[in-house]
Amino acid sequence: MTSIEHETHEYDVIVIGAGGAGLRAAIEASALGARTALICKSLLGKAHTVMAEGGIAAALGNIYSEDNWQVHFRDTMRGGKMLNNWRMAQLHAQEAPARVLELEQWGALFDRTPDGRILQRDFGGHRYARLAHVGDRTGLEMIRTLQQHAVHKGIDVYMECTINRLLRDGDRVAGAIGYWRESGNIVAFHAKAVVLATGGIGKAFKITSNSWESTGDGIALAYSAGADLIDMEFVQFHPTGMVWPPSVRGLLVTEGVRGDGGVLKNAADERFMFRYIPEFFKAETADTEAEGNAWYDDRTKRRPPDLLPRDEVARAINSEVKAGRGSPHGGVFLDIASRRSPEYIRRRLPSMYHQFKQLAGVDITTTPMEVGPTMHYMMGGIRVDAETTATTVPGLFAAGECAAGMHGANRLGGNSLSDLVVFGRRAGLGAAQYAQKLAQAPALNPEEVAAAAAHMLAPFGRDGGENPYTVQRELQETMHNLVGIIRTQSELEQAQQKLADFCARAARVSVEGNRQYNPGWHLALDLASLLTVSQGITLGAQTRKESRGGHTRDDYPQPDPKWARVNVAIRRGPDGEMKATAEPLPEMPADLRKLFEETH
Amino acid sequence: MPQATLRIFRGDPSGGRWVDYTVEVDEGSVVLDVVHKVQATLAPDLAVRWNCKAGKCGSCSAEINGKPRLMCMTRMSIFQSGEVVTVAPMQTWPLIRDLVTNVSFNYNVAKKIPAFQPQPSAPDSGYRMMQADIDRGQEFRKCIECFLCQNVCHIIRDHAENKPSFAGPRFLMRLAELEMHPLDTADRLALARTDAGIGYCNITKCCTEVCPEEIHITDNAIIPLKERVADSYFDPVRWLARKLTGR
Repeated sequence: MTSIEHETHEYDVIVIGAGGAGLRAAIEASALGARTALICKSLLGKAHTVMAEGGIAAALGNIYSEDNWQVHFRDTMRGGKMLNNWRMAQLHAQEAPARVLELEQWGALFDRTPDGRILQRDFGGHRYARLAHVGDRTGLEMIRTLQQHAVHKGIDVYMECTINRLLRDGDRVAGAIGYWRESGNIVAFHAKAVVLATGGIGKAFKITSNSWESTGDGIALAYSAGADLIDMEFVQFHPTGMVWPPSVRGLLVTEGVRGDGGVLKNAADERFMFRYIPEFFKAETADTEAEGNAWYDDRTKRRPPDLLPRDEVARAINSEVKAGRGSPHGGVFLDIASRRSPEYIRRRLPSMYHQFKQLAGVDITTTPMEVGPTMHYMMGGIRVDAETTATTVPGLFAAGECAAGMHGANRLGGNSLSDLVVFGRRAGLGAAQYAQKLAQAPALNPEEVAAAAAHMLAPFGRDGGENPYTVQRELQETMHNLVGIIRTQSELEQAQQKLADFCARAARVSVEGNRQYNPGWHLALDLASLLTVSQGITLGAQTRKESRGGHTRDDYPQPDPKWARVNVAIRRGPDGEMKATAEPLPEMPADLRKLFEETH
Repeated sequence: MPQATLRIFRGDPSGGRWVDYTVEVDEGSVVLDVVHKVQATLAPDLAVRWNCKAGKCGSCSAEINGKPRLMCMTRMSIFQSGEVVTVAPMQTWPLIRDLVTNVSFNYNVAKKIPAFQPQPSAPDSGYRMMQADIDRGQEFRKCIECFLCQNVCHIIRDHAENKPSFAGPRFLMRLAELEMHPLDTADRLALARTDAGIGYCNITKCCTEVCPEEIHITDNAIIPLKERVADSYFDPVRWLARKLTGR
């Protein structure tokens, strides 16, 4: 094989992805003395974390001193329909407050309580006001704080550099290879440990709140390197995305709107959520408007159903629209205008005000918003060890959205930003310690490097193939229509066939132009990740024959106790086929189990 | 479906040209939607940098009909029907290709600003800060680093030779933010005066005008920072005090 020219860099730890988890991992690894590189597809500070709005969940107890990690843990597990990895949920609830205070030590300016402490806001599924926030731009505050802290820590940052494949030495990871977006030149990394922090998979779906980067790279890289995936069937549709105009369909409307007093209504001006309170949450949910309204000021009252976990609210909106009670553009109404003063709305929700005004010509202080479900978050992903975030491949670690287990079948709002910093830190720690203990550095295999480089350049050598944009669009439509909020066996089988067809087509796409900053080529390579992830979701969804959290089967509409204590694990079989197996969850110790026996 | 024509700059450092693309546009489209449509149907290799398409990440900065703007927040409806809309890369940075420029200047300046240095926190439960004391800092931290203010600033746009000695409005604002942070203990006024070159700014307010976050960069950040610098270095009483105390 003729060798393609490339550069090679040596590190102890490389971190792929520079959102909240990647930045936090790199900071930690570097603090432990590991030579660390941070590699990102975009410019630094632009990752999808920047779009997080509502806040970061941590039981600081600043508003309600009754709050503590046990309550946060319980809320998280119940929100996840008890399918979470209990140890991850526990570590998360215990460590989140320290990580928030650490952000403040690094320069973050959270909104304050009257006595000068960090203000916390209400969100769906959280028993107490728990989200530290900055208006509705918390993600920006977090990524900028981490970025400004990281630039002084001697971390080498490779911006606009896309990793396409992990390199291995035997079973263990030995580095990664990719390309510079700017020049198209190939770049290899020789590393003792690799942290995946690549975020989500939104671009597999037509309507999503995610940015272009969310192509599931980390999940696909890990799978290809032999790692286990779990919970791939659990895809979160955020209940409130913009639905109009078409160009912004899917754009996120923060749950903070409801936390701050906004309510959902159908075309008949009915607060329909009161009809959708599931048995599981009956005890803690208000069943009259009067009680729901009173809850905002009095926590002895039960919370309004508008603030049920996201899976419940998204399904309810979906049902209302299907029943013909939707808004003019196929959503429902989210009304804060009639419930809070314009001044309050502008102060609490400045980005939402701005976003609707500029992009939809709607003034949210006078007019209800039209909203509908939008693909928002991937609960599933790479199986990791709770303490170290180690995957099932030696030397490979994962944190943030691309890792799985923390959120179970459904994530609570605000638990993502805290997940990023809690497990980002643990990933940096785990990777650096692994690298330090390694007796002998893994070796790069030149043949593997050459083959990976040739693979990346292959689309240029194909003439007359399809345009990658066409394949991506059809893939997004297929996932949206056949593997969306409500699923059935026949549609999932149809999706599986179509995905096989897309794989064949993706292998034949050709690209125009040269290697220099060529988005068509970049997409041609991203398609492989999108397809792996889509196949994983579809297979997981076919395997789990019940409805739970972010996975709803029309043909199995109820939760099934048989599936209550198992993960669907997905891995590559010896013949290269994707295989799914049901495997028991880790067993929760008795002292934690007790937390769920107490009533509300 | 209505059509729109974009006149997009295509080229690299060796040269370029304007190319007209006409595509159908959906209702409510922004310029970035139309650029994407061009990419998907007519020019798959058209280079454009973008991320969130929601005005939150500051990646898709460009010059639209000559004005520095975010492509994702510029609705097509602001233009006359049939108007040819020009889309050019930011002019202050070296061109990479088409609409993508090399903005590394900004990342290099950011590295030179000393990190936040907080006073030690109270042993109980972290820091106390009053909302009124951080309102201004929070305004500055709305910055999405689109670098449009840097791009429009004539001090470096028209005089590239000033780049080594001027930080630009975004980073003067960062210095102001740290100066006004209730917990910060470091003094960055010397830096503002020397390496960051605050004296170059002659408050034409172009930065404020193009800021998509509507931050009052000049009035709330740069002018107060200039005042602090002037107080410290050019106030005769303080000058004398410094001479006498040696600090």
